[in-house]
Amino acid sequence: MSESNGLPTGVEWRRIDGERGLATRGEPVYGEPTEGSWRRWEPRRSKLGALLARGVDTGLSGGETVLYLGAASGTTVSHVADFAGPTYAVEFAPRPTRDLLAVAERRENLFPLLADARQPERYAHVVEPVDIVVQDVATRGQARVARANRRFLRESGRLVLAVKARSEDVTRDPTAVFDDVLAELSESYEVLATERLEPLHTDHLGVVARPL
Amino acid sequence: MSDHTDDGWFAGLDRGDLDGARAAIETGTAEEPADWPAAAVAAGFASDESDYYTALHEASLRATREAVREREQADDRQLLHSVRALDDCARMANELTERVAEWAGTQDPEADVDIGYVRELAAREPQTPATERVGSLADRVTDLDDEQTRLRAYIERTAPEVAPNLSALADPVLAARLIGLAGGLEALAKQPAGTVQVLGAEEALFAHLQGGADPPKHGVIYTHEAVHGTDPEHRGSAARALAGKLAIAARIDHYSGDYRPELAADLEERIERIRARGSS
Repeated sequence: MSESNGLPTGVEWRRIDGERGLATRGEPVYGEPTEGSWRRWEPRRSKLGALLARGVDTGLSGGETVLYLGAASGTTVSHVADFAGPTYAVEFAPRPTRDLLAVAERRENLFPLLADARQPERYAHVVEPVDIVVQDVATRGQARVARANRRFLRESGRLVLAVKARSEDVTRDPTAVFDDVLAELSESYEVLATERLEPLHTDHLGVVARPL
Repeated sequence: MSDHTDDGWFAGLDRGDLDGARAAIETGTAEEPADWPAAAVAAGFASDESDYYTALHEASLRATREAVREREQADDRQLLHSVRALDDCARMANELTERVAEWAGTQDPEADVDIGYVRELAAREPQTPATERVGSLADRVTDLDDEQTRLRAYIERTAPEVAPNLSALADPVLAARLIGLAGGLEALAKQPAGTVQVLGAEEALFAHLQGGADPPKHGVIYTHEAVHGTDPEHRGSAARALAGKLAIAARIDHYSGDYRPELAADLEERIERIRARGSS
């Protein structure tokens, strides 16, 4: 499925502007350095980028159908749309969605939706079953969101989740928060890998899981 | 929401009916996803899968753009009303505090025109039918004061979402006030800086326009430290500089929405230069 370096087809290590980093091919979006059609995927600005840069096997191979929950202004999802197939981007806050629209206008395989990831029935009439669900929502109940969106995953699909401890409880120890989230997640998913994202993303845990 | 139709968004739609597509995407529901591309081809909505994705791209852009516009306008309406309610609560709490103090003064030599005193009074056990009435009135004032605090917290949370740059440059309550006075963020974004400078000083402005009176130097932006913290001689320049930056901030907030921290630094630098001019 994936190449030997664990990266999806369409994502490569490239030297751009004298610095080696992950890159995808597409229209630049947020002032990232470019070289030819390649543009740097800044792991500091993207949890998925950080996971791939660490060599975590996300199950992404390139060309697959993706549902991205918590697309925000579209920084990460723009890279995903560069190497994936049809990509559905769900975001709830109107302001970042404006930026997401600008990103989607120039990517024909990117479909933006203003919707609440906690209410999947509000977008299941638009989103088809997908190979990958990427979730990066900064709300309480991140495991609940992942479980509610389990219905979109094909049997062989993967959930790639970035858990933000501070969204669950700012006062608790992040490790305890992650344990609770993983426990709740395991009712609908088998967790395949976890990776703390420090120092790029403080108090974040990357999780790869498959639907049960 | 229990009666899901479980149709795809394209069901019953004519190709090219973007308003219909927008409504279907926004209001439709389904319990489970399905192979919508295949269903759309089977229903004759699209000629093949790639044609379906072209239609979906166009429809999702349209639906989301319209939904964003509506939601943002709805949010600035909430802000506009909440800042008016904040002012109403403050005005009424002040008026009633005076009433309570005046009345309580006939029963208690310690009575004071002060919300702290009113709170204390509200907590007291009444001794007579008259002190019971004053105490009950003090309860209402306390409630109004609490409501004011909650409204302020709501504004401080909401204004930075609706207008991040304006809220960073002014404080969120002043940002909400300017949006309220202009009649919305879009209306504020269309005002020239000179108008932003005197928003809230309409009476003085009309007195000036009808002849005689001096033009007002500032409206509600007077509450900003850049204005009231500048000595009176340079206050007009400070108000003009602040209004210019606020007008830019409102336009960025309305038309692009991304946060530009450098605006606040620019303003600070301008005000420092104005204050350093010395007396003429």
